Amino acid sequence: MNASLLSNRSLAETTSIKLYKFHGGVHPPFHKKDSNQKPIESAGIPSKLIVPIHQHIGKSAEVVVNVGDLVKKGQLIAEKSDVISAAIHAPTSGTVTYIGEHSIPHPSGLAEICVIIETDGEDDWGHFKLPPIEDPDNTDSSVLLERIEQAGIVGLGGAVFPTSIKLASSGIKHIETLIINGAECEPYITCDDRLMQDRSADIVKGIQLLQALVKPQRCLIAIEDNKPEAIAAMRNATAELSNIEVVAIPTIYPSGGEKQLIEILTGKEVRSGGIPIELGLMCLNIGTSYSIYKAIYLGEPLISRIITVTGNGIQHPQNFEVLIGTPFSHLAEKAGGYTKMAENLIMGGPMMGFAIPDDAVPVIKATNCALFISATSLRESNPAFSNQPTLPCIRCGKCMEVCPVKLLPQQLYWHIRAKDFEKAEDHSLRDCIDCGCCSYVCPSHIPLVDYFRFGKSEIREQKVALEKADLSRQRHEFLLYRKERDKREREEKRAAHKAALQEKKAASKSDSTTGGQSSSPKADAIKAAMERAKAKKLARTESEKMDTKESDTKTVAKASTEEAQ
Amino acid sequence: MKFKTKTSPFLNSSQNINSVMLQVLLALIPGTLTLMYFFGTGILLNVIISIVFAVSLETLALIIRKRPLLPFLSDLSAIVTAWLFALTLPPLMPWWIIFVGIFFAIIIAKHLYGGLGYNPFNPAMVGFAVLIVSFPFEMSQWVHPRTFGDLGAYDFSLMEKLSFIFGNQKPAWDAITMATPLDEVKTGLRAGTDFSSVMKESSYLQTLSQNTWLWSSLAFMLGGIWLLYKKVIQWQIPVALLGTLFLLSAVFYLFSADSFASPLFHITSGATILGAFFIATDPVSASTTPVGKLIYGASIGFFIYIIRVWGNYPDAIAFAVLIMNMAVPMIDYYTQPRVFGHKPSFFSSGATQRKQDKKL
Repeated sequence: MNASLLSNRSLAETTSIKLYKFHGGVHPPFHKKDSNQKPIESAGIPSKLIVPIHQHIGKSAEVVVNVGDLVKKGQLIAEKSDVISAAIHAPTSGTVTYIGEHSIPHPSGLAEICVIIETDGEDDWGHFKLPPIEDPDNTDSSVLLERIEQAGIVGLGGAVFPTSIKLASSGIKHIETLIINGAECEPYITCDDRLMQDRSADIVKGIQLLQALVKPQRCLIAIEDNKPEAIAAMRNATAELSNIEVVAIPTIYPSGGEKQLIEILTGKEVRSGGIPIELGLMCLNIGTSYSIYKAIYLGEPLISRIITVTGNGIQHPQNFEVLIGTPFSHLAEKAGGYTKMAENLIMGGPMMGFAIPDDAVPVIKATNCALFISATSLRESNPAFSNQPTLPCIRCGKCMEVCPVKLLPQQLYWHIRAKDFEKAEDHSLRDCIDCGCCSYVCPSHIPLVDYFRFGKSEIREQKVALEKADLSRQRHEFLLYRKERDKREREEKRAAHKAALQEKKAASKSDSTTGGQSSSPKADAIKAAMERAKAKKLARTESEKMDTKESDTKTVAKASTEEAQ
Repeated sequence: MKFKTKTSPFLNSSQNINSVMLQVLLALIPGTLTLMYFFGTGILLNVIISIVFAVSLETLALIIRKRPLLPFLSDLSAIVTAWLFALTLPPLMPWWIIFVGIFFAIIIAKHLYGGLGYNPFNPAMVGFAVLIVSFPFEMSQWVHPRTFGDLGAYDFSLMEKLSFIFGNQKPAWDAITMATPLDEVKTGLRAGTDFSSVMKESSYLQTLSQNTWLWSSLAFMLGGIWLLYKKVIQWQIPVALLGTLFLLSAVFYLFSADSFASPLFHITSGATILGAFFIATDPVSASTTPVGKLIYGASIGFFIYIIRVWGNYPDAIAFAVLIMNMAVPMIDYYTQPRVFGHKPSFFSSGATQRKQDKKL
């Protein structure tokens, strides 16, 4: 039966498991047909690759090559530097011409350390291709995990979390369901769609490796029902496999969000601040499964990925297999060049992606889409709203109805506007997933997500400031305590000394009356003064000894001398 | 090549404030036409005069407050306020009384609090409340509806009507007006007559309540249901309001059918339906959480009954709504929905949720 002939509705009904609904969600125009009609093509080798060393969540990798080095394809150029970090490899052969700051795809156009490789066009692996693992089924899982780590594989769904760590965490708890996320709910993006259509067999091999690694009871591949061809291809590729099921889920944004997808498939909610593994679930992206296949069966590290190049700013929208570090401008060229409407460049989709100010920046492991689009297609310059700028909130509650996390955006907005961040926290601001549904539906066109990002960063800063303030308060309180303690000790000493002196005096008095000792009051005074000085010195060295543990010795010593004087 | 940068999401649905307001206006049309059928074009004149005053005052306020005119006038909110306000007025109101009401609605209740979106109280109801307190006589002069033949106000020519509204000429009020059913029943019950005899005694009261006001209510309900269908309003407030009013009046009616009016009478009389679907659902001044809306609607229903039965005013929508407007911030704070991934809790303010999370 050809699944592509079925309507969307009946596709969802072909799924045997019970599906649930998450709260809210929206149906923006998806524009998938723009770019999913042609098969994946290679974007070729640009003359220059700009490879940032920080493309993942966690610590930057450490550069292990020098300027002038000749590198081969697949050669390690920056190694994993911490537990949560990922290796970076040369995407093709060439010469390292520069190591230093270069602007990277970042919402603020920040610069990061990048390794720039002048390519030689040979695309020569040298001896850097890892040996393919011939029989993964009979290979120890630690070997497979090590390979995944070596290959620098990170989650390609957007979070870019090092995959080896995620997989290793399956030791914490028994994994009941392995979820392969092929929802691809963002408008315009079709890289996973096309990958599933073109390379379903390889993806399935990757998924089988994942099954061998995390040993789930079942494996679900979730695909939105607006991708009938991909569903058919994946069903075809898994027809023989009883423990993998392709699930067609209804098309609604943001069904591809990890927690939302889990809710759709299982009806379970991942605890706020928690991770899916607590529920015995693990979620990986289609692209990640494919790169795992490549690392293990072909011995290729993560040096390329599929990227959708689309939008009305580009002549021929299409999906490309792109070397990491390829500048966006090269992609635009490959797709037939810009149209007159190329006014904005968005990395990722139009709901959660971010705008890039310059096409000279490179694509990274997290890049799933390069969207070149006209200003009039976007919210702020949309001619339909030209006489409707941002109006005040009328509390209509549309945002609340579409929020997948069941927040009250209309209330959060008030509190953040009033900079009442405590109230914003009371309204669970930290659970916001930045999906943008609220901004999308707002009839007043309020950029709600911007407010929420602002609120979150302010709260973060306040927390840091609070911790700092707490620390200095503790230090100050300890300082006061120490001063008090020193003073008390000194006084006790002085009192003891005085008492001793008086005793002595009394004794010498009785001496002089009985034995006629030659001790003048002057000599006594000198002796007493010397003893006082000695005691003072003792007290000081003692207090210093105690203070060496602290950083602010000087102040205390100074204070104590001042007091002593 | 350089590009402009903006922040995500980059897309927007096609919804505007004025498209929302326009739907409300459309939904008011059947009810307004029905009122016009019964009470004549005086109703339409009220609406037109109110809108003219409201838009003028809105423009003036925007100019004084240095706000852009086009976006705030085209949001249609002043027109919605004026229209709703006008529907609460008996026909042939002198223009200056309408002006006073609109002034309080637009200037005092709306712009002095910060304009669109910032008013804690429902502007139309503030305007109405000021008038019912200040001009109780004029506010109770409902002309005979069409049901009672040629004495109806629709028999005046347009010029006559305009001169009643704008000139010094006054109609012979006694001859052409009558008390509303709510008023009549209240007076009757107060005087110790039982409900059924009050209804039976005056044949026109019966027809009035079972005909004029019933049909008007149904027409407004039609508009309200369309708004529900269009998702401009949600079901919680109307259902809770009408449900509470029905239940309360049913309990008392069952307790003593003589001294209390029937539930049906309460639901179909006065502005109950208009209030439930159009006034209590004003998003700016109403509760905004799902549970909050239930509490808010139910409380308005409760106060409507209390004020109608034991208060001094025949109808109570305005006061009930204004009372509950005050409680909205508190209701909203304590009725936050359970956020995804949080434990359920009965009184779920975020603070209690956070405490629970800490315990986990």
